[in-house]
Amino acid sequence: MTRTEPNRSRSSNSDSDKNSGNGGGGRTTAMRVIVPLQGVVQGRGGLFLGSVIPCAFFYFLQFYLKRNRKNDESDNSGEQNSSASSSSSSPNSGLPDPTRSQSAGHLTELTGLPRSLSRILLSPRNSGGAVSVSGRVNCVLKGGDSSPYYVGQKRVEEDPYDELGNPDGVIQLGLSQNIKLSFDDWVLENAKEAISDGLSISGIASYEPSDGLLELKMAVAGFMSEATKNSVSFDPSQLVLTSGASSAIEILSFCLADSGNAFLVPTPCSPGYDRDVKWRTGVDIIHVPCRSADNFNMSMVVLDRAFYQAKKRGVRIRGIIISNPSNPMGSLLSRENLYALLDFARERNIHIISNEIFAGSVHGEEGEFVSMAEIVDTEENIDRERVHIVYDLSKDLSFPGLRSAAIYSFNESVLSASRKLTTLSPVSSPTQHLLISAISNPKNVQRLVKTNRQRLQSIYMELVKGLKELGIECTKSNGGFYCWADMRGLISSYSEKGEIELWNKLLNIGKINVIPGSCCHCIEPGWFRICFSNLSEKDVPVVMNRIRKVCQTCKSQN
Amino acid sequence: MGLPLMMERSSNNNNNNVVELSRVAVSDTHGEDSPYFAGWKAYDENPYDESHNPSGVIQMGLAENQVSFDLLETYLEKKNPEGSMWGTKGAPGFRENALFQDYHGLKTFRQAMASFMEQIRGGKARFDPDRIVLTAGATAANELLTFILADPNDALLVPTPYYPGFDRDLRWRTGVKIVPIHCDSSNHFQITPEALESAYQTARDANIRVRGVLITNPSNPLGATVQKKVLEDLLDFCVRKNIHLVSDEIYSGSVFHASEFTSVAEIVENIDDVSVKERVHIVYSLSKDLGLPGFRVGTIYSYNDNVVRTARRMSSFTLVSSQTQHMLASMLSDEEFTEKYIRINRERLRRRYETIVEGLKKAGIECLKGNAGLFCWMNLGFLLEKKTKDGELQLWDVILKELKLNISPGSSCHCSEVGWFRVCFANMSENTLEIALKRIHEFMDRRRRKEKMIN
Repeated sequence: MTRTEPNRSRSSNSDSDKNSGNGGGGRTTAMRVIVPLQGVVQGRGGLFLGSVIPCAFFYFLQFYLKRNRKNDESDNSGEQNSSASSSSSSPNSGLPDPTRSQSAGHLTELTGLPRSLSRILLSPRNSGGAVSVSGRVNCVLKGGDSSPYYVGQKRVEEDPYDELGNPDGVIQLGLSQNIKLSFDDWVLENAKEAISDGLSISGIASYEPSDGLLELKMAVAGFMSEATKNSVSFDPSQLVLTSGASSAIEILSFCLADSGNAFLVPTPCSPGYDRDVKWRTGVDIIHVPCRSADNFNMSMVVLDRAFYQAKKRGVRIRGIIISNPSNPMGSLLSRENLYALLDFARERNIHIISNEIFAGSVHGEEGEFVSMAEIVDTEENIDRERVHIVYDLSKDLSFPGLRSAAIYSFNESVLSASRKLTTLSPVSSPTQHLLISAISNPKNVQRLVKTNRQRLQSIYMELVKGLKELGIECTKSNGGFYCWADMRGLISSYSEKGEIELWNKLLNIGKINVIPGSCCHCIEPGWFRICFSNLSEKDVPVVMNRIRKVCQTCKSQN
Repeated sequence: MGLPLMMERSSNNNNNNVVELSRVAVSDTHGEDSPYFAGWKAYDENPYDESHNPSGVIQMGLAENQVSFDLLETYLEKKNPEGSMWGTKGAPGFRENALFQDYHGLKTFRQAMASFMEQIRGGKARFDPDRIVLTAGATAANELLTFILADPNDALLVPTPYYPGFDRDLRWRTGVKIVPIHCDSSNHFQITPEALESAYQTARDANIRVRGVLITNPSNPLGATVQKKVLEDLLDFCVRKNIHLVSDEIYSGSVFHASEFTSVAEIVENIDDVSVKERVHIVYSLSKDLGLPGFRVGTIYSYNDNVVRTARRMSSFTLVSSQTQHMLASMLSDEEFTEKYIRINRERLRRRYETIVEGLKKAGIECLKGNAGLFCWMNLGFLLEKKTKDGELQLWDVILKELKLNISPGSSCHCSEVGWFRVCFANMSENTLEIALKRIHEFMDRRRRKEKMIN
């Protein structure tokens, strides 16, 4: 940096110039450069220019280097990833190392297979004649093909299990499909009317409000109240209907955060958030890891640390996304949890997105489901404006194909923006009419929901019992369709690599598609998400046999 | 829990801390404050009804097709909803359908869409069902393509006048800009190579990267097809600049004479060069041709594999209900029915068009020579007191308040010439159309008498 002294008087300036100007002959050329520079920086605004010019030079250099480095980085990211993960694994797999990363979740995204769809890596290159597409395309395609989530899904599609037709096929335990709940009885009793009423097309074909018919909103509000055992009364005018929970979460992401901002998300979390929150919005996710030692409950200390670290890095946090009942653990957040979260959000002036899509699928006897809506019911207006709830009618009714989810908010501006955005993801009108006739009979609805819950509970208990006999423990799940299973005893190395190896065995030897914890961004390797809503009671022993086979393979190898 | 939170309190933490929303949420890029939508509000408040409210506002700003709805209703009722909808399986068939949530879409439905699109083009182009990506409406299809083809702050070139909804669909969440390709009445608003070049240069001068050209063919609001030569020039332009070409063909089934429509698919059909083909993408929807806007069925058809794969995955945000797909699959695959429907629909639209254009001519009003769509492009330039955008809006207001007709001013379509208005004619009964024409006649008569008095 220059040797400026801001308090020099003019006379001494000229003195020093003269002196420098008369400097030794051998250094004349260099002096000719330095002297004018010195003159410039010692003149008016000396200190300012003296700092700015070198700084500017420094930043331009960094910028130039960064641009060139960025291109290399993206090519090498694959190698970086695997080296990062191997460094965190302990070769002797003794005591588990609960942390894979130092900063909350930042490195976690990079470890393992390049499956997380993080920031746009490259600006699109125009290689000769081929026309280029947006940076998003790279993210979507690159992340998709190798992810266990998609690979497993593909295997199920190619070779689906069928009790009679294909008993050696792959059993789908990855996501909710082919749900064997009490739908059939209900359909046989009620469907005919519902279906034919709902299917007449006159009066339903023209444009309707894209955020849903009032009648359907009223029915959905009723459903949501049911799920809270009527401790909350939901107002239909605060509902915005859209074609699926993914769309609901994406709409909220667009409304609550700008590109470059981030949401805090406790992990393990739903694998879908990477897509729903990040793909098109430019918004990022900062994972806040929860540990098995805490039963995967959220720690306010860790949450706070994550917020603070993000702030230090210059990333603005706009909200926190929680799921209740949680995905994948199925745990219910307690009132204390929820109040603490609200406090946290208030202190930081951020939003809360409460993903309550499994609210109607609470099957456990312990604990109660408390909606975020209940917590803010008695709070001041300002706090209510930061709470937004996502609900999915399809989950409760087992109609995933019909695409009907909802955003519930107390914030009029969010509702207004969301309503307009639903033109881009509306619920089809025949579907709305079908749903209206299907759920407008409260007694039937109650019976359907109750029977669903009972079935979920009995399958869940069978599954957990079977897994326990194989030495696999699960966390206690009180709601939703998933078991969160601890398979750390079966992995060959306590690392993501070991987890993926086990996942591969489960898929190829066991022929079951489960979701490895890394897809859920769990920082402890060895946990797996098993979806049981697809199973009937007689399927459970089949699944157990398959897992037993894999266990035996693992044990003989270890 | 229960542990004290860390010290860092935000500087403006007090009881008046209102939580902020994003720029997207508070921006008005959704365009719903434009006259295009304001007129709808007036209509909602005082809608015309033949018997109950004969002096209400007649909605002529909504491009909806109700002329051939009876054909659909008869077909669906005849085939017995229960039986056809869920096949012989009945309720279990419904259950299977309700559980289907694959973003590939029902294969039968995609095949039906492909075959329907081929029929509309008279078999002059083939459509591969595996290149069809389903979205909940053309609105979503256009937005999705924009997300895929362009990055924030890039631009798409769009010929004016264009559908006001593009301001929202192409720009709002995507962050992409629209740079207009100015067209005027000197050549019936056709796109010229000079206008294309000029628009491209405008973008370059502003340091904006152009990623593609998006046209509507047949055009909304012009109600006219794009000539084959223009399409070929467009494709050339896009190849030279190495950008994409998106053709929104949602009114393709509403061309009055099939022979007058050339789809970009036809142009591409005989091209083998992949680097040329893979820049072409087509958007289609059932909302206009079939008159089923509430069903929200749209599609992206792309010759580019990466675009198809990405669009398919991104369509997760905007899937078409499986029930809807199933309902329409059998109807659209019934080639006998669709051939009849397309033919009769075209005929009825043509007759409506002729009725309104003749009626307007008798009142002394000229329209652009159109051959497609659910609207006509009317020239009221001679009625403007001031030949400015304000003058046009003033006239629009008069038409809305005095004549109780909601039509769309050209400025909301970004037309560079003032005085043009889009008038929809297919979303009402013939009687209502007569009433609307009568009101216009009376208005023009009153004006002539006033002028005579002044002179």
